[in-house]
Amino acid sequence: MATVEKTKSVEKQKSDVVLNYFRPRKKLPTVWCAGCGNGIVMSALIRAIDKLGYSKDEVAMVSGIGCTSRMPIYLDFSALHTTHGRALAFATGIKFAKPHMKVIVITGDGDCLAIGGNHFIHACRRNIDITAILINNHIYGMTGGQGSPTTPSGSISTTTPYGNVEKNFDPCKLAEAAGASFVARGTVYHTPQLEKAITKALDHNGFSLVEVISNCHTYYGRLNRRGDAVSMLNAFKENSVTTAKAKKLSPEEMEGKFLIGTLHEDDRTEFCDEYQKVVDAHMGEK
Amino acid sequence: MNRVMSGNEAVSQAVKLSRVQVISAYPITPQTSISEKLSEICGSGEMDAKFVKVESEHSAMATLIGASSTGVRTFTATSSQGLALMQELLFWVSGARLPVVMVNVNRAMAAPWTIWCDQTDSVSQRDTGWLQFYCWSNQEILDSVICAFRIAEELLIPCMVCHDGFFISHTHEVLDIPEQNQVDAFLPPRKAEYKLDTANPRTFSGGTMPSMFMEFRYKVQAAFERAQGVIDQTYEQFEQAFGRGYHAVEAYYTDGAEILLIASGSAASTVYHTVRQMRESGRKVGLLRMRQLRPLPVEGVLKHLTDGAALAVIDRNLSPGTGGVFTQELRAALHRNGVDYRVHEFVGGLGGRDITAADIEKICDDLENKTADPAGINWVGLNR
Repeated sequence: MATVEKTKSVEKQKSDVVLNYFRPRKKLPTVWCAGCGNGIVMSALIRAIDKLGYSKDEVAMVSGIGCTSRMPIYLDFSALHTTHGRALAFATGIKFAKPHMKVIVITGDGDCLAIGGNHFIHACRRNIDITAILINNHIYGMTGGQGSPTTPSGSISTTTPYGNVEKNFDPCKLAEAAGASFVARGTVYHTPQLEKAITKALDHNGFSLVEVISNCHTYYGRLNRRGDAVSMLNAFKENSVTTAKAKKLSPEEMEGKFLIGTLHEDDRTEFCDEYQKVVDAHMGEK
Repeated sequence: MNRVMSGNEAVSQAVKLSRVQVISAYPITPQTSISEKLSEICGSGEMDAKFVKVESEHSAMATLIGASSTGVRTFTATSSQGLALMQELLFWVSGARLPVVMVNVNRAMAAPWTIWCDQTDSVSQRDTGWLQFYCWSNQEILDSVICAFRIAEELLIPCMVCHDGFFISHTHEVLDIPEQNQVDAFLPPRKAEYKLDTANPRTFSGGTMPSMFMEFRYKVQAAFERAQGVIDQTYEQFEQAFGRGYHAVEAYYTDGAEILLIASGSAASTVYHTVRQMRESGRKVGLLRMRQLRPLPVEGVLKHLTDGAALAVIDRNLSPGTGGVFTQELRAALHRNGVDYRVHEFVGGLGGRDITAADIEKICDDLENKTADPAGINWVGLNR
């Protein structure tokens, strides 16, 4: 009996942590469909922020347009809800003006990689200390299931009703190649690991990307016969391989699987720090 | 053939009947269902066109500039922020004299965020060199898109057909869908005199010195000056072929009107029903429905203007610092025509707020009692 009560109280504490970060007067439930992965990512992000002990006022959450981009509306941080694809550009302005702030961009595959693709590669290249959390559900959810840059080749969407003829992006490879100094991938099935990946990303000084593979059962799942939210989460469990385990697998065994965990990390100097060095050096000359 | 369709479906149907060859679009509410339907019928082979899925509205218009330069018929649809993102290329399309046709589903401009209807998105593009049409019914959308291709290709001026987000885009009406052979007879394939052609190579839009640039602009202006004639002629021929006609300014209950209201889009249909009811109770109120912003059909207004009537424009848009754009444009055009006539300005319905019958009756009361501000903005339904 005592054990049960203890478990209950631990669970209550855990959920209280999340509730502490909601905007006090925001009406719930959220705009997201029942079973959407966005809520899982939101609670993992809150727990990561709580663990790192950031104050609400020092966190700035920036988003663009799409289902994912509704997240800052619910959370009690400084927030900027910006134009489609441009969250990273707005966030660059915030970080540069207030380098002490923890700037988090929450974005989706359409927002970040299609209309915002240019801003994404340049934020990576600049290595500015922003954490981008890219929830990749392989489709445009909010506008009703159109093909995005991560819609896999051959997949069905409302704009690719006979199968996508284009090749999809791997956002992690793209970020690494463009110069991001921390790149990780998680899924909405692996929640403790996701929380750790986000914690690491937030703690990293430089541009960090966490790609979160998530489920849009409403559009992607339905159009591609992937079943409900639970079966899509189970598929993430079955098809993902940790970076440690992948080392022991042959290319044949990795066929159809994707990597999760920290995929890249380096200690290249962060943009604001580098900029300050130039200022200090030249102001000293006067 | 009669069918029930939403405003957005009417667009897709018109694009199909117009035998468009290249379509490129990016999702944005409330336009999305147009491009979804088009991608579906391009994919199924129901329509022999190429649908290009792109990464932004800017790329959608860039794709059409490329395609249209080869002499094919092109189409896109967008709304609000998407239209604004295209703006650089809107100038390009008109400067390059490409007859692109676009549907803009009217939605207010952020910030703050909204997805609901007003016309600030399209009216703010009035200097980009596009013809602009405003529809109030799904049938009119279908007919206007078909006519737009003919007008654009005749004048070599791009054409924007606008309808109100949600009020029209997502509501259903019975439409008379013309037969394909009827549309083919009315709208033959595009014949581009100047195009990218490997057999006859040309270069377009290259660097232009001050000695030549103004002449390019002059020719665009000259084409706009003959636009109303081409538009009127196209709609006359459309009426002969299909039995339905439209005028640049449509007049309702204007005989002996003491109050004349000017409106466009879905607001005009509310004005129409209110005016009809007011006429039944003996009040002399009329409606002039403005179907175009570019070119502004001032002759149509002058034709129906009875001397002494109180004239008012209801604008569902705002150019901060001046006011409603239809009002400003009309005042300037009347002045240009040497007509000194008071135009009262009413601004309302921004960001999707309803312009109700009660609002319209109040506008009429204010005009009748002379309590409306004769010079400044009269706000409709504003909480302050």
